[in-house]
Amino acid sequence: MSTPVTAAPARPVHAPPPRPAGGGPFGRGPMGGMGMPAEKAMTFKPSAKRLLRRLSPERGRVAAVLVLAVLSVSFAVAGPKLLGRATDIIFAGVLGRRLPAGITTQQAADAARAAGHGNIADLLLGSGVVPGKGIDFGALSTVLLWAVALYLAASVFSWLQGYLLNDVVQHTVLRLRSDVEDKLHRLPLRYFDRQPRGELLSRVTNDIDNVSQTLQQTMSQLLTSLLTVVGVLVMMVVISPLLAVVALVSIPLSVFVTTQIAKRSQKLFVAQWANTGKLNAHIEEAFTGHELVTVFGRQREVQQQFEARNEALYKASFGAQFVSGLIMPSMMFIGNLNYVLIAVVGGLRVATGSLSLGDVQAFIQYSRQFTQPLTQVASMANLLQSGVASAERVFQLLDAEEQEPDPAEPEFPTDRHGRVEFEHVSFRYEPDQPLIDDLSLVAEPGQTVAIVGPTGAGKTTLVNLVMRFYELDGGRITLDGVDITAMRREDLRSQIGMVLQDTWLFGGTIRDNIAYGSPDATEEQIHAAAEATFVDRFVRSLPDGYDTLINEEASNVSVGEKQLITIARAFLSEPSLLILDEATSSVDTRTELLVQRAMSALRADRTSFVIAHRLSTIRDADLILVMEAGRIVESGTHDELLDARGAYYRLYNTQFRGPVQNDADQEPAPAAR
Amino acid sequence: MLIGLLRTYLRPYKQPLLAVVALQLVATMASLYLPSLNAHIIDNGVITGDTGYILTTGAWMLLVTLVQIGCSASAVYFGARTAMAFGRDVRAGLFSRVGEFSAREMAHFGAPSLITRNTNDVQQVQMLVMMTCTMMVSAPIMCVGGIIMALRQDLGLSWLVVVSVPALVISVGSIVRRMVPQFRAMQTRLDGVNRVLREQLMGIRVMRAFVSEREETRRFGVANADLTATALRAGRLMVLIFPTVMLILNASSLAVLWFGAGRVDTGQMQIGSLTAFLMYLMQILMSVMMATFMAIMIPRAAVCAERIRDVLDTRSSVLPPIAAAADVPAVGEIEFTDVEMRYPGAATPVLREVSFRALPGQTTAVIGSTGAGKTTLVSLVPRLFDATGGAVLVDGVDVRDMEPEALWRRIGLVPQKAFLFTGTVASNLRYGDPDADDDALWEALDVAQARDFVEAMPGGLEAPITQGGSNLSGGQRQRLAIARALVRRPQIYLFDDSFSALDLATDARLRAALAPRTREATVVIVAQRVSTIADADQIIVLEDGLVAGKGTHDELLATCPTYQEIVESQLSLQEAA
Repeated sequence: MSTPVTAAPARPVHAPPPRPAGGGPFGRGPMGGMGMPAEKAMTFKPSAKRLLRRLSPERGRVAAVLVLAVLSVSFAVAGPKLLGRATDIIFAGVLGRRLPAGITTQQAADAARAAGHGNIADLLLGSGVVPGKGIDFGALSTVLLWAVALYLAASVFSWLQGYLLNDVVQHTVLRLRSDVEDKLHRLPLRYFDRQPRGELLSRVTNDIDNVSQTLQQTMSQLLTSLLTVVGVLVMMVVISPLLAVVALVSIPLSVFVTTQIAKRSQKLFVAQWANTGKLNAHIEEAFTGHELVTVFGRQREVQQQFEARNEALYKASFGAQFVSGLIMPSMMFIGNLNYVLIAVVGGLRVATGSLSLGDVQAFIQYSRQFTQPLTQVASMANLLQSGVASAERVFQLLDAEEQEPDPAEPEFPTDRHGRVEFEHVSFRYEPDQPLIDDLSLVAEPGQTVAIVGPTGAGKTTLVNLVMRFYELDGGRITLDGVDITAMRREDLRSQIGMVLQDTWLFGGTIRDNIAYGSPDATEEQIHAAAEATFVDRFVRSLPDGYDTLINEEASNVSVGEKQLITIARAFLSEPSLLILDEATSSVDTRTELLVQRAMSALRADRTSFVIAHRLSTIRDADLILVMEAGRIVESGTHDELLDARGAYYRLYNTQFRGPVQNDADQEPAPAAR
Repeated sequence: MLIGLLRTYLRPYKQPLLAVVALQLVATMASLYLPSLNAHIIDNGVITGDTGYILTTGAWMLLVTLVQIGCSASAVYFGARTAMAFGRDVRAGLFSRVGEFSAREMAHFGAPSLITRNTNDVQQVQMLVMMTCTMMVSAPIMCVGGIIMALRQDLGLSWLVVVSVPALVISVGSIVRRMVPQFRAMQTRLDGVNRVLREQLMGIRVMRAFVSEREETRRFGVANADLTATALRAGRLMVLIFPTVMLILNASSLAVLWFGAGRVDTGQMQIGSLTAFLMYLMQILMSVMMATFMAIMIPRAAVCAERIRDVLDTRSSVLPPIAAAADVPAVGEIEFTDVEMRYPGAATPVLREVSFRALPGQTTAVIGSTGAGKTTLVSLVPRLFDATGGAVLVDGVDVRDMEPEALWRRIGLVPQKAFLFTGTVASNLRYGDPDADDDALWEALDVAQARDFVEAMPGGLEAPITQGGSNLSGGQRQRLAIARALVRRPQIYLFDDSFSALDLATDARLRAALAPRTREATVVIVAQRVSTIADADQIIVLEDGLVAGKGTHDELLATCPTYQEIVESQLSLQEAA
């Protein structure tokens, strides 16, 4: 019996077309469907609903997609019934030709019954045979033309539906990505301190990617599959309730088999991914520490560990692949079982005349269409779960508490002098660990205020507070007499130039990096800033000059040169207040000298806060603050403090009595405190 | 590349692979047999009303189905086993190849790339093997078998096969072909989006300080729109496939019915054969389609295979000697004679005409600006690289003639980046000497000024160290790295800028404690600062890869202009204070 296929082409269970995008170190690869790391959403339903709600801006298109899907599936589902009609016509023609012309069908049936062929009689009565007449080609062509129209319509609708859905999904993901990016700008820095960077990065890249993949791979298929199941069910019941019951037996059977296999394979997949992770960690470590492994002669041990983990991964993935690979043959078996049952039962019914041959043929097709979407839904379950789990992680990020909004009626200092005052400022990163307590200080316009003290004393914290990276727990900070919380963050920060410990440059040209923060700067201004900060000299020696691309490896630019670029950047933004967080740990001393000079140029006539690890750099500061455990223990000029023979004196002596060491002990991230 | 890799690594699995082919052959034949049986049911059972025939043939069909599932399941078993074993073997091959690599090859590929190649790339190829074993093998069998069976049912309709198969191949193939470059472009665009996000997270403070949120949003917007545009293009091609396939399959079935009806009517064909033919045609087309779909996987796997082969085909530039020189007593004397080191492809060597001797009991310091070749010089001693000219001798033997184990046993290296391995404090320290007892470990920790914080860690020596030592501060990592070298009790200590993360007091105490411990050994210290090395027995000043001066601090101050410059730059830093 014929089986024109109208449902989705039998997609191998775990071979969706190659994933166009591979996020994360282990991408999903073609493992797709079944091979996902088993991350389960904690709250599947709400997150899934929320994900669906994100489609709402595309409401119109989603509605169109639904209508088109219903149309396309209905047409596709009606197809086999029409083909069944065609088979009936052919069958009738075949039977009719065997009978003598001129008698009625009833007569032919009676004759057959009289000859003892009761069932043939029934068959004749049931199939609309006209004795003596062959196949009615007129009727056949009508039916087939209808079928052509139907299938054509189904294909066109299916294409339109896919086209629209693709747009819907891509635009939804586009919005999700830009929402997340917007959110990053509104999150308080505290959030970034608490969240390990790699973890956060994974959320904004791998998880969004996973959501996008999931939406793309499941939406269309899920929709079509579910609609097909319903449509096919209706058709089957219409044709023959008895056969429908026979076919329906296969549903619980296939659901049972699939869930049983999936349950087992899920566990094995978990093991596979866990082992993959372990092996990955080992390889990463062995390769990153390669020279140590070599020089310490540990290659053999490392190799042994690798082999053990490699073998474990082999065993786990073999199990997972084998068990999950059984789904396809099992479903094929159930499908064939169904086929045989329907062929047998249907054949018997046709023989007794209670069903037409065409109906049986249509039925076989329907039963095939029935098991297939079920298999697909089953195979998508894992993918869906993992996708929703990722969506949930993205939503958590989107829901994170934002920083206080800028005041509705922002104030702005009328005069820009750069006078900074701390009034009884208290601040803590962790509620139970006071860091800065009742701190007051004034930086007069044009003054250089140096902050020194041991690691963890709160030096960087102090400047973070001026930038309003964190909100105070008590007291207030004013810039030229205006409380910084009364200003818009943008206005506050645009008055401040900052050179940080880590030299952050983005992937772009040197010119773009210097102009970062001053997008309107002219070429002349950029060059002037570069010259004042000794950037010009080395940039000119580069083959591409200011157009040299800074890449992640940035092998063409040394650490010291990078630092110079960040200084040029601050210089160009013409701030009234400067914050310099010294960063010369891996800079050789001759470059460091340049950095120092550049920073002096930058400091001229500006209020500046200088965080110094090395005291040599701050001897001429107007005010030196010695911090210990969040408090200012001493303040004054270099000479005053030396005469006082206090904390500063002791610090100074350890540095200059002993070897001048490069003290690069960076302050740990605030979260670690 | 792909074929070569497969041929090499699948060779041991010939038998299971043959089993897969045989099993798939039987399974496919069984499933091809079913429509024939169905045709018999119609022609001999239904039309003649022979219920007994229907039942016996039905039972026979069930049996055939059972054979089919048995064979398919076994094929999956052997296929999965072979594919996963293939993956395991390739990983092992890669891992041990990389293990032989010198620093030069490591730098050439880069550790992150090697990691991806060893895991993700292998996985791609492995999945291709798996898919081939479970599906792709059966596609051609199904196709050829289907054609034979279809022709056996009726030759007159065979032209339908000739028309519909190429139609399907051409239409799906041309869509797939256009999709591949889109997918590739999408990967690049996705990298672009991720790069911007990454940069934003890394530079969040700078970004806020420079009020560049709007610019960042714009930058991201561009990348995001680029990605979406490509994804839309790829998606629009992808959604064409399904309706096209559907249309071709359905059109073929209608054609079979129409033209078949004519042949049935004239008695050239039986009605059962008609429906059987239809089913065979569908099977042929499905197998063709599946093969086309799988074809999308091949370009990607081919790229992965190429990346794998690149690593496998790279031979280490540092190879153990064919005939090692006889073991000599370990003293620790190092001698460089006219050493030149040039990285492949580099126009100028990083080191040239470097000659010096470092003797046991002495401290030799190496100083120079960034990029002067200091780290390279140190790396030549344990043969992380091999010199491209001249020779490096340890205890009078060229390091290239020495048994690597014997060489490494003499050396305690503290690299610039203090790298620790996942495990415990103790397991990291025992990297130096697996047999060291706890007392020896504590002793080393004492010298490295690490006792206090190790004692404060929960579990002490057994305190866990996370990957890369990320649960420790830079200074703590550095001290453990120093202790690790001390545990080894080598004849040669190589400190590559190893005190940079220590605060001044700790640094002073550490170096005071280090002195007696290393009294007998040859110590080589790379440093940035004059004060660190002023009391060394010998200072080597490197400038652009050349030895610009050699001597004690006082000698160099008197004779070496480069050294004078360095000292001046550091003095003026102090002066500036």
